[in-house]
Formats: sequence, structure tokens, C-alpha cells
Amino acid sequence: MTITRPKLIALIVICVLAVAGAAAYFGYARSSAEEQISSAPAVAQTSDLAALLAQDHVVFRSAALDDTYSKLSVVSLADPGGQRAVLDATCERVYATQAGGVCLTADRGIVTAYGITELDANLSPTASTQLAGSPSRARMSPDGSLISTTTFVTGHAYSDTSFSTDTVIRRTGGDVIGSIEGFDTTVDGHPLTEVDRNFWGVTFVDDDTFYATAASNTIGKTWLVKGSISGRTMTSVRTDAECPSIAPDGTRVAYKTRHGNPAPGHWNIAVLDLATGRETVLAETRSVDDQVEWLDDSTVLYALARDGSEGQSDVWRVPADGSGTPAVFIPNATSPAVVRH
Amino acid sequence: MYITVRGTPKGEPNGSVRENETGRSGKARIAPAVIGLGVVSLLTDISSESVAAILPLYITVVVGLGPLAFGFIDGIYQGISAVVRMAGGRWADRSDRPKWVAFAGYAISAVSRFGLLIATGFWAITSVVAIDRVGKGLRTGPRDALIATASEPEHLGRNFGVHRAMDTAGALIGPLMAFAILAMFPVGLSGYQTIFVFSCAFAVMGVAVLGLAVPDLRRNPKSNNGSGDQPGKAVVQPRWSDLARPALRRLMIAAGALSLVTIGDGFIYLALQDGDGVPPAYFPLLFVGTNFAYLVLAIPMGKLADRIGRARVFVAGYVLLLGCYAIAGLHLAGLVGLIAVLLMLGAFYAATDGVLAALASRLVPEASRASGISAAQTVVALARFGASIGFGLLWQFAGLSTALLVMSLGLVAAIPLAGWLLHVRTTRPQDETADAGQVPAP
Repeated sequence: MTITRPKLIALIVICVLAVAGAAAYFGYARSSAEEQISSAPAVAQTSDLAALLAQDHVVFRSAALDDTYSKLSVVSLADPGGQRAVLDATCERVYATQAGGVCLTADRGIVTAYGITELDANLSPTASTQLAGSPSRARMSPDGSLISTTTFVTGHAYSDTSFSTDTVIRRTGGDVIGSIEGFDTTVDGHPLTEVDRNFWGVTFVDDDTFYATAASNTIGKTWLVKGSISGRTMTSVRTDAECPSIAPDGTRVAYKTRHGNPAPGHWNIAVLDLATGRETVLAETRSVDDQVEWLDDSTVLYALARDGSEGQSDVWRVPADGSGTPAVFIPNATSPAVVRH
Repeated sequence: MYITVRGTPKGEPNGSVRENETGRSGKARIAPAVIGLGVVSLLTDISSESVAAILPLYITVVVGLGPLAFGFIDGIYQGISAVVRMAGGRWADRSDRPKWVAFAGYAISAVSRFGLLIATGFWAITSVVAIDRVGKGLRTGPRDALIATASEPEHLGRNFGVHRAMDTAGALIGPLMAFAILAMFPVGLSGYQTIFVFSCAFAVMGVAVLGLAVPDLRRNPKSNNGSGDQPGKAVVQPRWSDLARPALRRLMIAAGALSLVTIGDGFIYLALQDGDGVPPAYFPLLFVGTNFAYLVLAIPMGKLADRIGRARVFVAGYVLLLGCYAIAGLHLAGLVGLIAVLLMLGAFYAATDGVLAALASRLVPEASRASGISAAQTVVALARFGASIGFGLLWQFAGLSTALLVMSLGLVAAIPLAGWLLHVRTTRPQDETADAGQVPAP
């Protein structure tokens, strides 16, 4: 190599500094992560899962920075900040009904394996199958007979960063009904056939009817669509609405909306009255990127990441009529599912 | 070291730099500039691929962005590259400072890595990704022009092979490093941040190697004296018309036609999965397998190209791709079929990627080398993008078998066309390497 001595020295110095700096950061970050975990105020726990399941409860994914992180957890609806039961299952996304639950898993490694584990009424795993892509949303029909999952799938296009969503509806017990991308979809009166159409965030009204999000980057829109499993169809209800969630009384749908801003970045939660078509924007002003869950007919729940934290988040509540102010409902939690008897 | 036994090289076409001034060494040895640029790409790929491997997880799980945000980031990836790539090639040629244009590209990408350390929201991450793409678009043409300039014509294929092998090695090491770091953190917390720090460190080292250890190869004027080709023509400026030369145009048409019927490996894996049930979890492993085959075969393919003709190897690469379509389409997979597909895909990339740059670099006057390489690569990138959209449509409306059949028929038509355009049957390697030398000086 024709490299002068000063340049060679400079190169060596830069490389040594870069490697030493990275190594030092690694040591620092690791020890502070361990410290954080050992000093984390342990969330109050109970071992009496049966007692919690016997009453109205919330099933969620723990976001506490301790050894319960990302574990399937349960807390009483009457005391959401109180003692929680922590189960063995590690989940990226959870949902549950009285009949059973579902836990979407990511087994990290050189090859990250994604899966779906079905849970019985006691939240014990019954069956697992592989899932294509990293989990984003999970829902079940009110009676627990249908499961929908939304995952991000890579590798569909040339650029290795290309993403598409895969939203699959299956029956509890393993029968796969199929990806809703295969349903006939009509938006604004026209068939939606764009190659880059994507679907995500299903919410079930009953064993056949559901709402979901349809989108196309080419058209540059998202739609709230209403679908029928038996008819294998979906039809748009309105635009600019993502990740719908049907209210327990079935009269309203909550979703996140960008108010026509074409670039994603800030979402508000809005509630649509299905009878009148009136949209109410809720009092939460921070951006919410979650599929909300109804606590009851007048309150919605959603997860928000804590500022400046990797992976820490809380479940918040806000009134569904646009009034009030948001408040923490379950600290150190994400992906809530309300189970009432 | 790779030693090839060859006759005396043909005359230096077109004022290549001289070895005593630039550090280019004897005919069998690989020029230091090529090794240097290989090291730069190795380090930079470790930096970028370690982040790319975990960015999906990071964005969804940690930052908590939804599906639409992803589509948007993806669109940015696609658009920026082509425009900036042409600009980078042109800038390198006009300024005659390809090293420093490439340096700017690498530096911009390195700066974007530091951005990841503080980026938290959607816009911040989008900007970081966009800036990284600008850097990548900018540097590719000038870097390949440097490799061409540093290489003796008869070793072009091998030298590009050496560079691509090192580049691919970085792409294999990066994700391994990222997942190793993640695994060492208790619950994955701050593991991401540490990966970003490592990514920065490797990016800085890559930029430093380029800036300090890679020779500043220029065509004019000092390096031009005595090369024999154009005595008295010291300063040659690039012209747009250089890109319209028949030989380059033929290459662009041939490569464009082939690329229009080239489907991405992602699609081929999906087709394999469709027919044979390769579990989705092994999807990333398929990419690793292909990359590994590419890494191993890049240098042999480059040497083969030098020996029997680059155009031949380039076109033959697409015959291998056709073989992949056949295995995927006829459901011949099984484990043997799967391994065959991965090997053939790796060989396809080894036979086409670096070889295309090697071919293009000889078809334009040296003054327009970076622009010429950029133009050929842009044509390929755009045609492939079109192909993936077209294939997606076909798959959707006509089904996978029909889509694969259509693309295969297209390839069957495009291969002879490309062979004819590139004079595969008549052109000897020496003619290829001398091509640029034969064109009259502008």
C-alpha cells in the first residue's frame, strides 16, 4: 500500500478509537441494563391466577423492565395497577376472551421465528404454529372462535426493506380461513386491486362480520372496510381510518386517524358512530399507534411508549366521547385485552 | 493472492493511471486500491446490514410504528437511489475526483448512522433512512469507476469479484453481529442502541480507510502522461454523448431487457415456499445461503469472465437464473432443489453484478467512466423494480405458475437478444477490454 506514515497512524488511531468507543459503550449499556433490571421496582405479583381469571380481568403483555418483560400477564379489572399474575409465555402481542386467548411470539435469533400460540380459558398454551413475519396485531371474535393476526412480511419485493402486511383469519383450533387480501374488496365504489394494497387490524363484530383497514400507497389512502367472512368481501365505510376496534355494544368503531395528512407520523384516536356517521376525536393529543381496546362502552384503552425509553410503555385510558383527559390505566403494560364475565 | 497465468496485457486503453504513481501493482496481484475499496465496503456493509437486520424489529416493537409507516419508508428507499446515482456518476466524472465523491457518499451514510442514535419518531427515522440512501446512491458509481481505473483491463472481472466478495462478506457479518449483541442483553433493552453505536464505529472506520488508505486515482492530467493513447490530450472532459455510444447503449438495452424479466430472490423464495413448504422462519436463511454462494463464487466468476469474455459470463448468469425459475416453477424443490436454487442464485449474482460494472467501465471513455457505470446500474435497478411490480401483478391476477412461466419465456427471449447485442459469439475477451481504447478520442 502506498500510504504515508502520518496517514497510517491517523487510520490506526481512528480505528482503535472507534472499536474502543463501541466496546466501551457496549460495556456501559450492558451493565446499566443489568443494573436497571436488578434495581427495577418489581411489579407487585400474585401467584393466584385462578382468582384473577374468576373475576373481570385484563390480559396484557408486561412492559416492566424486569424478568417479567414481554411475559403474558393478568390483572384484575377492579384494580388494574395492583398485583398481577405473570405467566411463562413470552409474547409480542396478546389477546384474550373468556373462552381463550392468543399469544403471538417472536423467537429471536439469526433466524427469528414467529409463531402463534393458542391459549385455553386458563391461558395455558394449547397449540402453536408458525407465522410469516413479525407480529403487529391480534384479535379474537367475541366468542373466541375466530382469531385474526396481522404480521409484517419481508421479502416480497426487490428492496430488502420492503414491507407488506399479511392479515390472516383462522378458526380457534387451527383451521386457517385465509388472508383477507384474497377477499373481494370495494373501496369508494371501485374494486381495490392495486398490487401494493395492504390490510391490517381486524376487529370482529361477530362470527362473520368484521372491520379492518385497507390501504394502497399508490392511491395514497387508507379505508375503514367492513367485511364478511362467508361472502369473502370487504367494502369501504370511510377513509383515513386504521386499526378499527368495535365497541362492546356494537354501535361505534374506534380507530386511529391522520386527518388527511398523507404522511404517517401522527395519529389521533377517533370514534365513529356507525348509525349517524359522526366522528369524534378523543382527548388524547399524543400520537397513538395501537389498535385500541374498549374498556367498556364509554372508555377506550391503548398503549403508549414512554418518552426516551426502549421498550417501556403503559396502557392508558381516555373517555370515548371526546371529553376528559387521558390517564394511566395499567403501568408497564402493552397489548391489553379486557375480559368480562 | 490470485495468480493468473496470462499473456502480455494488451496496450493500456485510454490513459489509465500508472502503477508507480497510484500503487497499482503487477498484473497478477490485486491493486491496493481494489483491496482498499473492498475493505471500505466490508466495513460499511457490516455497518449498514447490522442495522438493516434489526430495523424492522426496532421500528415495530420499540418505536411502535404501524404498517403504513413502513410502506412510506420503503417508497423513500426506492425513489431516491436512481436519481442520486446518476448525479454521483456525473459529479465524479466532471470533477475527476471519484474518490472524493465516493468519500462524500460514504460520509453521508456514516452521518446518517449517528442520526439513528438520536432518532426516535417517525420523521427522524425516515430522514435517517433517506440520508443513508442518498449516500449509497452517490458512492456506487464513483467507487466502481475507481475499481475499474485501478485495474488492468484483463483483471477487471476478477477485481470486481474481489470487491463484491468483500462487500458480501460484510453483508453476512453485519446481521450476525447485530443478533449477537441483542442476545447479550437481558431483555433486549438498550441492545438496539448498542447496535447503532457499533454501526457508527464500523461506518467511521470505513470512511477512514477510504479517506486515508485508498489512493486518489484521477485520469487527468498528471496521471495521463505516457499512457500512450492520447498524447497531447491532457484534459478530457466527460460528455453526455459518451453515454450514447453504441456499445454502451447495446449493453444498457441488453441488461435492461434481461432485468425486466428478472424477479427478485424474495419472489423466488416465496415461489419455493409455495410449492414445497419451506417454513417462513427459514426465509432469512435463504438470503444467507444465496449471499454465501455469491461470496464464494464472486472471484471465480470474475476470473472466468476475464478469461472467456465478460459478456458471455454476464449472459450465462441469466441462464442460471432461468434454471432457478424452472426449479421453482416446476416444484422440483426438495432439499437438493433448494440448495441448487441458492447456489445458482449466488452464481447469478456473481456472474452479473460486478461483471456488469466491469463491462460498462470499458465501453465509455475514461472521462465518463463513473457516469457510464452509473447509467448501466440505474437501468438495471429501474428495470428490476418494474419487473418486481409486473411479476407481483401477474402473480396476483394469473397465479404463480403463469407468472413464472411468463417471466421464463421472457428470459428465454431476452437471453439470445442480449447475446446478439453483446456479440457474445464473436467477441473475444481482448476485444472487450480494448473496446474503449478503440473509440476515437472525443
